[in-house]
Formats: sequence, C-alpha cells, structure tokens
Amino acid sequence: MSFIRLEKRPAPSATLSALTPVMAVIATMVAGGIMFAILGANPLEAIRTIFWDPLFDPQFGPYSRPQLLVKAGPLILIAIGLALGFRAGIWNIGAEGQYIMGAVVGAGAGLAFYPSESPLIFPFMVLAGAFGGWAWAMIPAILKTRFGTNEILVSLMLVYVAENILASVSSGLLRNPDGMGFPGSRNMARDYPAASNTEIIAGTGMHWGVVAAFIAVIFAYVLMTRHKMGFAIRLAGEAPRAARFAGVSPTRLIIFCLGTAGALAGLAGLFEVSGPAGQISIDFNSGYGFTAIIVAFLGRLHPVGILLAGLLMALTYIGGELAQLMLGMPAAAIQLFQGMLLFFLLAMDVFANYRIRIGKPEVVA
Amino acid sequence: MDFGSINPILLIASLMVASTPILLAALGEMVVEKAGVLNLGVEGMMITGAVVGFAIGVNTGSSWAGFGVAALAGAALSMIFAVITQILLSNQVATGLGLTLFGLGLSSLIGKPYVGMKAPGFAKLHIPGLSEIPFLGPILFRHDPMVYVSILLIAAVWYLLTFTRAGLILRAVGENHNAAHALGYKVKGVRFLAIAFGGAMAGLGGAYVSLVRVPQWVEGMTAGAGWIALAIVVFASWRPWRILLGAYLFGGITVLQLNLQAAGSSIPVEYLSMSPYIITILVLVIISIRGNHGAPGSLGRVFHASH
Repeated sequence: MSFIRLEKRPAPSATLSALTPVMAVIATMVAGGIMFAILGANPLEAIRTIFWDPLFDPQFGPYSRPQLLVKAGPLILIAIGLALGFRAGIWNIGAEGQYIMGAVVGAGAGLAFYPSESPLIFPFMVLAGAFGGWAWAMIPAILKTRFGTNEILVSLMLVYVAENILASVSSGLLRNPDGMGFPGSRNMARDYPAASNTEIIAGTGMHWGVVAAFIAVIFAYVLMTRHKMGFAIRLAGEAPRAARFAGVSPTRLIIFCLGTAGALAGLAGLFEVSGPAGQISIDFNSGYGFTAIIVAFLGRLHPVGILLAGLLMALTYIGGELAQLMLGMPAAAIQLFQGMLLFFLLAMDVFANYRIRIGKPEVVA
Repeated sequence: MDFGSINPILLIASLMVASTPILLAALGEMVVEKAGVLNLGVEGMMITGAVVGFAIGVNTGSSWAGFGVAALAGAALSMIFAVITQILLSNQVATGLGLTLFGLGLSSLIGKPYVGMKAPGFAKLHIPGLSEIPFLGPILFRHDPMVYVSILLIAAVWYLLTFTRAGLILRAVGENHNAAHALGYKVKGVRFLAIAFGGAMAGLGGAYVSLVRVPQWVEGMTAGAGWIALAIVVFASWRPWRILLGAYLFGGITVLQLNLQAAGSSIPVEYLSMSPYIITILVLVIISIRGNHGAPGSLGRVFHASH
C-alpha cells in the first residue's frame, strides 16, 4: 500500500476549483521561465514582457490594450460554445473548422452584394456566419445521433476539409476580381463599409464580435443556472444514467450543444473576417478554434471563468508577439506556454476532486 | 488528364510508403486503447517524433539513430500524459488534446533551425531473389527496412495480444479495470507501459514522415495523420491485422489523389486534398452503423483504486 493516497471527495471542492486556475498560471510562469532561460532569455524579463508590458508599459500599452479585446472576443465566443458540450460529455474538437466555415459563408453572403451600401448587409452576414458554423457542426451532430459516429474524430477531420475549402474559395469563388490574380477576397474592413465590422468605441478594440462575446457569456450563464436545458447539460455530464431516467434526450442534447458551439464559432469567424482580418485568405484561420479549448478548461467550463480565461489567453498572444519583437522569442514558445498551462490545470484538478491523505490506510473491519 | 502517366506498380509501391507512418501510430494507439486508455495526443507525439527524428538524422547522418531517438522522444512525451491521467486522474480527452497542442508548439520550436535541410538517405532493401519477381517484386520487396519493420510489428503485437499472458493481462486491464485490480494486476503499471509503447510508435511514425516520406522538416507536416491513426483504430475494431488493412486503404487514397493531382486531373487540387479526410469520415460512419463492437470496456474511464 502506498504511503500517499488519494481519497475521492464526495463533491469537488468549490474553493479549490476556483483556485486551481490561479495555481496553474503561477506554475506555468515558473515552468515557462525555465523554458525561456533554456532559450537564452532572461526569464523575469520574458514573463514581464508577456504579462505586464502589454497592459501597463507606457510605450506599448496604448497599442496593446485594445488588442486584448480584439483577441479575446473570438476566443470567448468559441469557448462558451465548446464548454456547453464539454459539460455534457460532447467533445466538439472541430471549432476551427466551424470558425472557418462561418467566415467563408458570412463573407460570401456579404461579398455577393458588393458594392451595395444597404445597412442590412452586415446583419445578414452575421446570420450567414452563424449559419455556416452551425451547419458545419451539424455534420458530426447528425452522424453521431444517427449512426453513433465518434464526434471527436469527425469534427476534427472536418477541420482539414474546411481548410481546403478555404484555400479553394480564396483563390476561386471569393477571389477579389480587382486583385490582379492574387488569392484572397476583397478587403471588407477597408473597401466595403457596409460589410465591415467596425470598432464601436474608437481606440478600445471593442468591435461587434466582442459585444457578441459578452452577450454569449450572459446567455450561457442564464442557460446553465436558470434553464431546463442547462440542467439537462449538467446532469448528462455528471450522471449520464440518471439523465436518461430523468427523460433527457441525448439526441436533442447533442444537436443543441454542437449546434450552439458551431453557431458561436461561425460568428467568431465572421466577425474576424469582416474586422481584424479584413478578408478571406488562405491562411486566414489562426488556430483560435484550438486555443479556445484551453480557454474553456481554464475557465472551468463556467461562463464567467471563460470570460477571464479568454482575456488571459489573449494577453499571452499579445505578450507573446511583444516578446517576439523585443526579445526575439520564437512564436512557437507561446504555443508551448499555452499547452503547459492546460497541463498544469488538468494536473491540479486532482486537488479539487480528491483529498490527499498521507500515512497508511486504516483497516476497515 | 493523362491516366497513362500513372504507373500502377509505382502507385502500389508508394502506397506502402504512404501508409507506414499511420500504420505505426495506429498500432501503438491500439495497444494503448486495449489497455483502456484513450490518448488523443497521437498527432502531438507524431510531430515531435518527426522533428526529433529529423534533427538526430541530420546531425548524425544516420536515419536509424533518428528513428531510435524519435521513438524515445514519443515515449517521453507520452509520459506527461501518463502521469497526469493515471496518477493525477485527469480527464483523458482533455489531456490528450493538451498533448497535441503542446507537441505542435514544441516541434516548431525545435524544428526552426532545420527548415530547408535534407534528410540523410535511407537505403532501400532489395530482398535478393524476391525483388526480381516480375510485377510483385518491385511492389512488395524493394522498400526501405521500416516498411518491413512495421509489418513485423503488427505480427508481434498480434501474437502478444492473442497468445501470451502479458497480452491477456493487458486486455483484462482494458476490459474491466476494477476486476483486473481485484485479481491483483497492477492496472497503472500496465497502462504506463502501454502508453509508453503508444508514444514510441507514434514517434517512429512521425520520424518516418520526416526521414523517408517527405525527407525534410516542414512545420505541421504530419497534417492530421495522428488523428487519422485514431480513426483507423476504430475502423480496425481494435484488431492488429485490420490496422494494416485500414492504414493501406487510407494510404492508397492519399497516393491516388496525389497521383491524380500530378496527372493534371480536372478536379481542383483542394477537393482532391480533402478527399482522404472525407473518406475517413465515411468509413467511420460505415463502421459505426455496424455498432461499436470491439471497444475495450474501460476505454477512457478514470481508474481509481479506492481500497
């Protein structure tokens, strides 16, 4: 018998659940510092460049602070949707594909009316973007409910399919006719005002995608705490058998969770392509769909937690760019840093779910 | 389009080369899943194996050294997963995803200085006599040694799982970990070994991509092969020889679409490149219609000995 034992808590400790993300961030800073030292950078300077300078440095702050909302918006939007499914044990790993398809369908819907100046164009694009992501997520949802096909693998395969569709439309269907043959669509943010996702309050980075992210946080919070569907999601995740006896339909749950996640990821893609990115291009997608998985877990699959986690993860992106610029840090170091964060978080969950007992187990008579 | 430019002998021969990375990774993952663990980090371990194998291969000039160290690197990376899921009892799906994200970052960090370099050659092994057989000779017996190693590994895993006591224990642990624990088997020990083996095989598969298949280092070059390996485990219903079938089927599609691209097919390149993924989805659907037989009973469940 081992000397250190884990004893399952009757219910996860709420205090520790809230504390583990903070502990994980600190542990990541320490481990990341060691990594930066190995890469030949001063670890304290690197940590300061990533976590402090983007917010408070007088030189970089004014540029970086608005970027925080720009980057956090799509991450929060996608992670909110993913978390609904994760809580119910439905693993949508293909948000990146849904994000791409939202951008493609949404941008396509807008570009079809170029150069119209109708104020209806942008709302129409928003609907089309949400639809694109939703429809793409319906593929794994329907295959799972109809045939029992694993949604992890199907949603992931569809990311590669979506990437190829993106490559195809950016050099074909949606290519800018005035672009002298170069791949990529018209720049909506620059050349097509009716289709552009503008900054709502100048200099803050607040665009419609950020507004949508805040609405999604509130929507998810109300859903999870006040609505029957939220109850069904929680029950299905914590006690699948009990959920079936309580009359929760797995089919409806799968369609709802994947569909919502897809629509939100699609919205994120549309807001990105019509705003910060500006145009459809071959490498338009930037891995937000995957990073959002970390955001969802870091936020404890809780809407408010995801809001905070999204801001933190956005900070690592911006700080990472700054570290590339100032310290010559490779871009991949930040990805590694984000991966470590997820590892530490998952590892520390043990404290929330189990009690650590030291000593020999007592013999139960 | 010019179908005449597609040489059937070359097509089938290159199919075996295209399939080998997925074959190796899928075989490793099958053993992991047979032990009741779902490791979604295959892609991350493969890409790490690819970059480490390539770096060692370039620096030592020996592909064999590259393969060896890549297997060690894959196994080492899988130990992060093993510790977090088996000792700290975390969710296997989330941890596996984390491993993939981590591996992708790690590989592009390690790979930076190696972009644009060429892999050391890996000589083909012309099996005397057999390789002279018309038609079959060039298809089956003029490959590099790893192609044969991969097939031997299938046979070895099949033999171990089916006929040995160690294989029986591994399957028992995967089928019902509580019962295996009650019988006195070390569930965690068995799973650690299985996870390490899976990591080593994914590392080998990745190294095959960078040392033989593409012979250079390109960021993200495994391009979903690790995920397809996971799909092939399902396709194979957790049986070793069907892994071979699944991998060769998939390799065949990959090679065929590449050949169609080269032959100037009228189908746009993007649609040809997405076809392997679409066909994987279709195959998964067909397999799922038949039901989920063959999945180990404890697959993906956390094991915690409470007594």
